[in-house]
Amino acid sequence: MNMNPYLPEMATIVETIQETHNIKTFRVVLNNEERMKNFTFRPGQVGQLSVFGVGESTFVINSSPTRMEYLQFSVMRVGEVTSKLHQLQPGDHIGVRAPLGNSFPIEALQGKNIVFIGGGIGMAPLRTLFVYMLDNRTSYKNITLLYGARSPADLTYKAELPEWISRKDVQTVLTIDNPAEGWEHQVGLIPNVLLDIAPKPKDTFAITCGPPIMIKFTLQALKKLGFEDENIITTLEKRMKCGVGICGRCNIGTKYVCLDGPVFTYAQLKELPSEL
Amino acid sequence: MKYITKKNLLRLTEELSSVYRVLAPVAQGGTVTFRRFHPGMTLDMHSRMAAVSAKMATLPQTESLLLVQRVEENKKPELTETLPQGKTLVMGARPCDARGKLLLDPVFITEKIRDQHFIHRRENSIFITLACDQPETTCFCHSVGSGPADTAGSDILLTLVGEGYVAQAISDQGQEIVTHSFFEDAQDRGQQAQAKHGHALELMGQAHDYSSAPAKILERFDDMDFWEVQSAKCISCGACTYMCPTCYCFNITDNDLGLTSQRIRTWDNCMSHTFTLEASGHNPRPTKAHRLKNRVGHKFSYYPDLYGGIMACCGCGRCIKQCPTGVDIRQIVNAAQEYAQ
Repeated sequence: MNMNPYLPEMATIVETIQETHNIKTFRVVLNNEERMKNFTFRPGQVGQLSVFGVGESTFVINSSPTRMEYLQFSVMRVGEVTSKLHQLQPGDHIGVRAPLGNSFPIEALQGKNIVFIGGGIGMAPLRTLFVYMLDNRTSYKNITLLYGARSPADLTYKAELPEWISRKDVQTVLTIDNPAEGWEHQVGLIPNVLLDIAPKPKDTFAITCGPPIMIKFTLQALKKLGFEDENIITTLEKRMKCGVGICGRCNIGTKYVCLDGPVFTYAQLKELPSEL
Repeated sequence: MKYITKKNLLRLTEELSSVYRVLAPVAQGGTVTFRRFHPGMTLDMHSRMAAVSAKMATLPQTESLLLVQRVEENKKPELTETLPQGKTLVMGARPCDARGKLLLDPVFITEKIRDQHFIHRRENSIFITLACDQPETTCFCHSVGSGPADTAGSDILLTLVGEGYVAQAISDQGQEIVTHSFFEDAQDRGQQAQAKHGHALELMGQAHDYSSAPAKILERFDDMDFWEVQSAKCISCGACTYMCPTCYCFNITDNDLGLTSQRIRTWDNCMSHTFTLEASGHNPRPTKAHRLKNRVGHKFSYYPDLYGGIMACCGCGRCIKQCPTGVDIRQIVNAAQEYAQ
């Protein structure tokens, strides 16, 4: 490849969805029709979004490669680029550098039971794989989705949750931290609810993403349930600039989250120096 | 082997500056730094090693990656790639500068990723290097696979003999330059240069063996007491990173000028708290001990693990000499190597 790795492609925002008070989902289409038609990626890969004049930040592509009408990114408003992104409207143009990084091992997961455990914005990287599996439902055995947020208002993808809950071929469990009026699902922290559901570890992969504290206790719960380190998969996030393994921010020892990650098994993480 | 007098080297540099952007060591404010050379300036090749390395020849402090022109805010941005232009010649680099340049190659030029800006500068730069005859106390190039007359990365190696330099052409481009009429035959001065090389290496004393460093540093990774002791004097100023020929970490930011913006790449400093600070407030390298560990670890463990055992250090000692609090990377690596379990 002789392309300039820092050159973004131009894209147009076609739709935005206000998910929570600080999370917005963007659906974007590459301006070059040919490129959009031929664009490929694997679930778990990330992209760098540019707001020109402000900067660039990294987000997972949370749409599924099985549905290529648009590329979807969910953005929490926390910093400079994300604050500016939140002000953008359909029709506005942004830059996209994608796909970057590695991906979920979709081939190795075939024929297995899958347990998704997502917390807060951590649902975004799980959504891409979850939707991919729904679209290839027969390739996977039992699928469980445990998705939690602080409160009902903090849940993302609310428009899709009714469908996910009503589907008979997946078990969807929603939980919030504290009781709330009108809430008909679970109440309790994700690791505790996970222990209640108690998925069987045999032939099962657990795929988890969420805030560091949730991950820490979810890993403990998974170990208690008997999951092997090799069968626990997570996806990391670090501050990134180049996205191609050079600029020196996202490395954990010799591994670059932007290049060798963001997807790692728990077994791989244990091999790395402890610098999360 | 060729020979050029000091006077003619200055004249040659003046001539070359009409074709190349010449960077040369010049005295400035009590120190020596590489500066853009223009006819009429004088070279300061010998008083001391330039404080800042010649890294800017292939990785400048600031460079433009993109120019973006919008018609209105967030509408129809037009992108122009701003690839570097022209050729650069470094006059009076030291062997450590030339070797440092080579160490960046496997990072910026890989099978998958080819950093076009870096490649352009790398392919369009010439290094005329001066062999060192008097090592400083901070020099340790011979411990990291180099030496005071190392030719790696140089196009011509100069060695001071009498009132001029013995010039050894290393590359084809170097060969072409030494055909200039300013150069004469070296005659027996070639042997004198050889003798000086041997003498300079002798003056450096026993080389240190870093081969156990990659594994030993990883063994120490979780021992934060060790890294806190090692970093106690550090004030996170980052002088070491800016002076270093092999520190390449960079930032990418947008310089906004209304409807025009420029995406620029600038040297960054891994010793700064904000380097890895995430928008959420989380920081994977929250203390100077974590950051110094990453800097030393990168040079003496991660890089050699990735690239065949070679240390990402050229032993120039600038980080030691320029550190305002006297942090010495050699002592840190030695301590990690010697540390008892």
